[in-house]
Amino acid sequence: MLGALAFIPRGVKAFYEEVKNFIVPQKEQLPLTVSINKKSYAIKADTRTTLLDLLREDLNLTGAKKGCDHGQCGACTVHIDGERVLSCLTLAAMVPGKEVTTIEGLANGDKLHPMQEAFIECDGFQCGYCTPGQIMSAVACVKEGHTKSVAEIKEFMSGNLCRCGAYNGIVESIQKVAAK
Amino acid sequence: MRPFLFSKSSAANQALAKKNSTTQYIAGGTNLVDLMKKHIAEPESLVDITSALPAKIEPTAKGIQIGAMVRNTPLANDPTILAKYPLVAKAVLAGASPQIRNMASTGGNLLQRTRCPYFYDVTTPCNKRKPGSGCSAIQGENRMSAIVGYSDQCIAVHPSDLCVALAALDASIKIQDKSGKMQSISFTDFHRLPGTTPERDNNLPANALIHSIEINENAFAKNYAYVKVRDRDSYAFALVSVAAAFNLNGDQIVEARLASGGVAHKPWRWLEAEQYLKGKTANAATFEAAANIAIKDLRPQTHNGFKIPMLKGAIETALQQCLNP
Repeated sequence: MLGALAFIPRGVKAFYEEVKNFIVPQKEQLPLTVSINKKSYAIKADTRTTLLDLLREDLNLTGAKKGCDHGQCGACTVHIDGERVLSCLTLAAMVPGKEVTTIEGLANGDKLHPMQEAFIECDGFQCGYCTPGQIMSAVACVKEGHTKSVAEIKEFMSGNLCRCGAYNGIVESIQKVAAK
Repeated sequence: MRPFLFSKSSAANQALAKKNSTTQYIAGGTNLVDLMKKHIAEPESLVDITSALPAKIEPTAKGIQIGAMVRNTPLANDPTILAKYPLVAKAVLAGASPQIRNMASTGGNLLQRTRCPYFYDVTTPCNKRKPGSGCSAIQGENRMSAIVGYSDQCIAVHPSDLCVALAALDASIKIQDKSGKMQSISFTDFHRLPGTTPERDNNLPANALIHSIEINENAFAKNYAYVKVRDRDSYAFALVSVAAAFNLNGDQIVEARLASGGVAHKPWRWLEAEQYLKGKTANAATFEAAANIAIKDLRPQTHNGFKIPMLKGAIETALQQCLNP
């Protein structure tokens, strides 16, 4: 008897899965050629794939982190054509023709980027989860010239949250690199 | 996300030819991709219009034209905007984060949806998301909600900062339709009040695209301010915001503009207060009197009575800051 009851929900679910194939729009796979850290990748991806998922799931570049996946935390920050953007709100389909830089592309071989070194020296992180996004954002912040005061740095780093509260070390890292 | 077909258009008429009831356009994607992830927007086909619309800021005979695809950061850094329409730059920089400003387009800024928590929570009724289902905010958590111009069907507020400045400067919106015809809509007529159709945020026709924004030359480049009060110092939506500007003859105000975000379903102009400021001496007493006129008929919700004194203070602060921008 109980076995029969357990069967009904399964049957309903299976029926729904069948029907969904008719009512859900067709899935589309796009052939994409993307340039990440100056390397070209030819890949097929579902239209729904975000740049963040493409990096992490398809290209195994797991430096950019999925914090909120809604553009609120900045952990997924990467550069597109030299400008910092949120990869979680960027569709992979819109990236071909552009140059993407992730945290993996920042160091020069074994030589760390000055911002990476500064984060180590100034204790710019604790757990490290937000750090790739913080560093990508910090590099852009210096390049944009928004480092004239602590207040300005904080304002232009406000899109990157750190739940450990390493903010003072992050600000210090940015000041250090900006002074160079 | 629901599956969708993706295509790119390199011209506006090409993009418009693809439009049907299940098509949506994507530019910066900062709002739309999020709405798609939450199944609030469920387009069956998505058209990338980043190469279909103008991305330039250009002078016109009467002022300036901002292409719909101009991203927020270049808009805020543009030398002509900074010199002649600095209120626009100030408002842009008050919104979002640097990453989002690098992505978000001018046209998309106008079309972004409310951030009312119930609009985003698909498990709750919301007349804007699902017409006729009810408004959860009226009886619920409504500290961010409207204090003016709302209806018994929706108390959501418009989230943009840029739009508040554009409303204050009497901008107009150039719209292109399927036939290629251009039409101009005044900024204050573009966004709607909720009334009985809260699902409609604005008056953009279904078969049209925003081509650009136009702002006429004005005398508000010297005395202007944008004050935004929010839950944290940066990167948060406004509880209340105020765009203020005036031009002076000595210490007399010739003409003033005053608009607010975070108070209504559309950027809200305080026309009566603007009228009052005309011809008055620019001092604290005048500013307080103008603020009192703005707040006199407001009707807060159960949880946002605090917005009224906050708005009063923000208006006075903004007008004061206009003297030393």
